[in-house]
Amino acid sequence: MRLSLTSKLSVISALLPALMVMLVVYIGATSWTAWMSLTNSRMLPNNNFVGFRQYQLLFTNDRWITSVHNIIIYGVLFVSLALLIGILLAVAIDQRVRAEDTIRSIYLYPYSMSFVVTGLVWQWLLNPTLGVQYVLRSWGFAGATFDWIVRPETAIYCLVIAGVWQASGLVMAIMLAGLRGVDDEIWKAARVDGLPKWRVYISIIIPMMGASFATATVLLSTAVVRLYDLSVSMTNGGPGIASEVPAKFVMDHLFERANIGLATAAATTMLVTVIAVVAPYLYWRARKGEVR
Amino acid sequence: MKRTLLAAVAVATTALVSLPANAQEMKAEVIHWWTSGGEAAAVKVFADQFTKAGGTWIDSAVAGAANARNAAITRTVSGNPPTAMQLNTGKQFDELVEGDLLADVDAIATEGNWKNVMPAAIIAAATRNGKMYAVPINIHGQNWLWYNKAVLASVGADEPKSWNDALAVLEKLKADGKVIPLAFSGQKNWEQNLFNAVMIGVGGAQMWTGILGKRDAALAQSAEFKTVAVTYKKLKDYVDPGAPGRNWNDATNMVIQGKAGMQIMGDWAKGEFVAAGKVPEKDYGCTVLSNGNGGYVMGGDVFVFPKAKDPATTKAQMTLARLMLTPETQIQFALKKGSIPVRSDVDTSALDACAQKGMRYVADKAQQMPSGDMLAPPSLTGALQDAISQYWNTNMSADEFSAKVAAVLKSAE
Repeated sequence: MRLSLTSKLSVISALLPALMVMLVVYIGATSWTAWMSLTNSRMLPNNNFVGFRQYQLLFTNDRWITSVHNIIIYGVLFVSLALLIGILLAVAIDQRVRAEDTIRSIYLYPYSMSFVVTGLVWQWLLNPTLGVQYVLRSWGFAGATFDWIVRPETAIYCLVIAGVWQASGLVMAIMLAGLRGVDDEIWKAARVDGLPKWRVYISIIIPMMGASFATATVLLSTAVVRLYDLSVSMTNGGPGIASEVPAKFVMDHLFERANIGLATAAATTMLVTVIAVVAPYLYWRARKGEVR
Repeated sequence: MKRTLLAAVAVATTALVSLPANAQEMKAEVIHWWTSGGEAAAVKVFADQFTKAGGTWIDSAVAGAANARNAAITRTVSGNPPTAMQLNTGKQFDELVEGDLLADVDAIATEGNWKNVMPAAIIAAATRNGKMYAVPINIHGQNWLWYNKAVLASVGADEPKSWNDALAVLEKLKADGKVIPLAFSGQKNWEQNLFNAVMIGVGGAQMWTGILGKRDAALAQSAEFKTVAVTYKKLKDYVDPGAPGRNWNDATNMVIQGKAGMQIMGDWAKGEFVAAGKVPEKDYGCTVLSNGNGGYVMGGDVFVFPKAKDPATTKAQMTLARLMLTPETQIQFALKKGSIPVRSDVDTSALDACAQKGMRYVADKAQQMPSGDMLAPPSLTGALQDAISQYWNTNMSADEFSAKVAAVLKSAE
């Protein structure tokens, strides 16, 4: 009895730091942010309650609306393209190619770069007077045009290109690990049945890799929510407000524009959206656990 | 082990006890964002003067204006303030004054006769509730036109005086087709800076203070404002496709190298011409465009001093305030920084032709125009920036744009 009490105590004391961090940093700071969004704080935080006025301003703000549209476009394209390209690369490497180690390193290499570097490199590549378009034209393709980055309606797709270029290698690594975990017996059985290779991948192997997919998707999704540095370094939200994203809206209004009220309203909206997406999933997981 | 600890405590105690003896020594920790070559040389002028006066200058440079401001303001609010911090001339310290966090410099201002030698708008921007809380140290003109003399001569054009002249020159350059008529850096703040230059040059002083100062939404819907908007958008015809995202100094270098005809930029652009070994009024020209009653948009930097408990710190602060505005410091600083002195009673013979031109604009009361930062809080100028940037980059009509600006002005309380 006594022993179990001490062991309980030691468990509690071991968990205490983590618990405190969670209470103070996550719950505390989040509630404070939510409270700030109900005040008219400008440069310094104050407690003048103004109800939902900041939210009203937020949802009539063109830049916020554009940011939300952009993050949806970016999120859907980035996650699906990174998954698609990542798995294709993984399958390609899985064919026991020569110099596999080297190729794997090359594919994974972009991921070791920060988004800022990625953004700058792609900014130069996509700039019509310096990059791809310029090179094509100087080779004699006079009509070659690739000016997505300077056109408001296409700038967001440039962020997708750079993001996918960076993240595909990571997806490849995760998927390759998954593929290598597949039992050789399955391949043998499929060969006996005379199935073509692509059929085996699509109908048997990939459906078996749920865990790898989940890992990759979660990693990519968090990258979507916190998308900030790529937009800053590549287009700085431009041309105009065409490639603005929610996290950048929060940062700009929090600091440069000294508008804490509006910034925290945007941050709280982001949090609520993420919770609305994640909560049903957690609920479903919990239910599944019970049934089991 | 125990003995070492004791010794350490003893040393620490002695240090504590001996503190009051050192209290007369002036120490100033100064947060600023002047990190580039010319800027660092300029801030060294202050540091040297302070050292000469018997003080110790502790330099806390933070790269990036917003970062430096955040660091300084956070420290001030949390009770560990620097001795002095740099801000832009304008509304950035409003809330610090409201929170009673700043020491006023009114006594030094009276002693130095600042109010009679500085432009009224600059004094007003540094004054809250009848007291000066900031030391303005320089004036940066924000709406200069820089042009390459050889390029303009090649199409037989003279220095433009008004926006109408400038549009005619741009049209000539475009028809000639050899260079990019207008060098432009397509980032939000420069899009706004260009718009501001058109607003003051085409709309005049009344438009400027009406929109930014009085936040007159009806004025934003007027025919005059729409003329401003249309003129601004017309400039897009003279810009190259590589402009979006370009840095301002790259655009300046296009003018320097003769790849472009002209650029609208603040007088910090002069540093690029100087670095390239170009001579003002020989290789390049500088002027301020106006269709009549325009003006010279004056921005700049100030230093503010967070309230200190220690009298030695207060003494250091007041010494700094006095030193920053002596005529010698002012002229030395301006030479390094490329700005012009805030005092009108300094000997300007050492300044270059463009800076002297700037001094003449500032000396004329009718030309003194407070910058957008002085008239409006950052939240408002930021919201206007988004509207301007959208207008420049999309096919939004002038009517839609003025409605948008009116809405922004209305929502600013």
